Amino acid sequence: MKQAYAWSAIAAIVLASTTGDVLLSRAMKQVGDVGELWRQSGLWTLLGRVLRNPNFLLGVLAMTAAFYSLLFGLSWGDVSLIAPASASLTFVTNAIAAKIFLHERVDHRRWMAAVLVAGGVVLLAA
Amino acid sequence: MTFRKYLVLAGVTLCASIGDSLLSRGMKQVGNISLNHLHDLILAVLNPSVALGILLLLGFFASYMTALSWADLTYVLPATSLGYVLLTLIAKFYLHEAVTTSRWIGILLISAGVGFVTQGPALTHHPAQAQPNERACEPASAAGRNDERQTMRAKR
Repeated sequence: MKQAYAWSAIAAIVLASTTGDVLLSRAMKQVGDVGELWRQSGLWTLLGRVLRNPNFLLGVLAMTAAFYSLLFGLSWGDVSLIAPASASLTFVTNAIAAKIFLHERVDHRRWMAAVLVAGGVVLLAA
Repeated sequence: MTFRKYLVLAGVTLCASIGDSLLSRGMKQVGNISLNHLHDLILAVLNPSVALGILLLLGFFASYMTALSWADLTYVLPATSLGYVLLTLIAKFYLHEAVTTSRWIGILLISAGVGFVTQGPALTHHPAQAQPNERACEPASAAGRNDERQTMRAKR
């Protein structure tokens, strides 16, 4: 039963953080290069533009859900299962989601990177 | 990629790994939280380790957002995964923990992954800003046009 709780926490973390990452990435692409904006129009204009972006707000909401799922998961299950399992799965789901929803060019180098890092994260916790 | 951009990626890496380990330590101190006592979850923020961890994660968030404003998600995530390697090296050389063979292999895999992704371009270019030899991503351009259409509709 404890395992079932742990894996449902992992599923919730992966789903929420992938959604959040995709939304935040889209939001920041809409905002534009933060460094240039800061130089050109100042910090407050930059903050205003970021905080008024609907994708940013939804992304933060999804990240909050992921964060609390992680806190729940850590208090229920083993950190050595939940942290690496959710982290490594997120690398792969993010690559898939970025290709589908952000139309990023995920070439063989990036697939290799996502899979290698995901595998490495699992091994680090083993 | 400029030196300043690599600094931002380093900020993402450091804040995330140190912040996460502080959160983990703090939540162990707080103990189990049941669904029937949800307010315990809010009170967990009062634990110093959790509070400091959250502060570092705010720093992580700021640098992560900055990185995402000029680089792809599938570039930023693997490129900043060196934090896992860093944590293991700290455990080995600073905390004198034993690092098993499988962990060393894990470090190798992650480093190889970071090497792979940082060799490529950081951003999928749209045709408007792309160099002639980088014009290999039609889906991104189609998405860009869709976004523009949606913005136009929203303005109307």
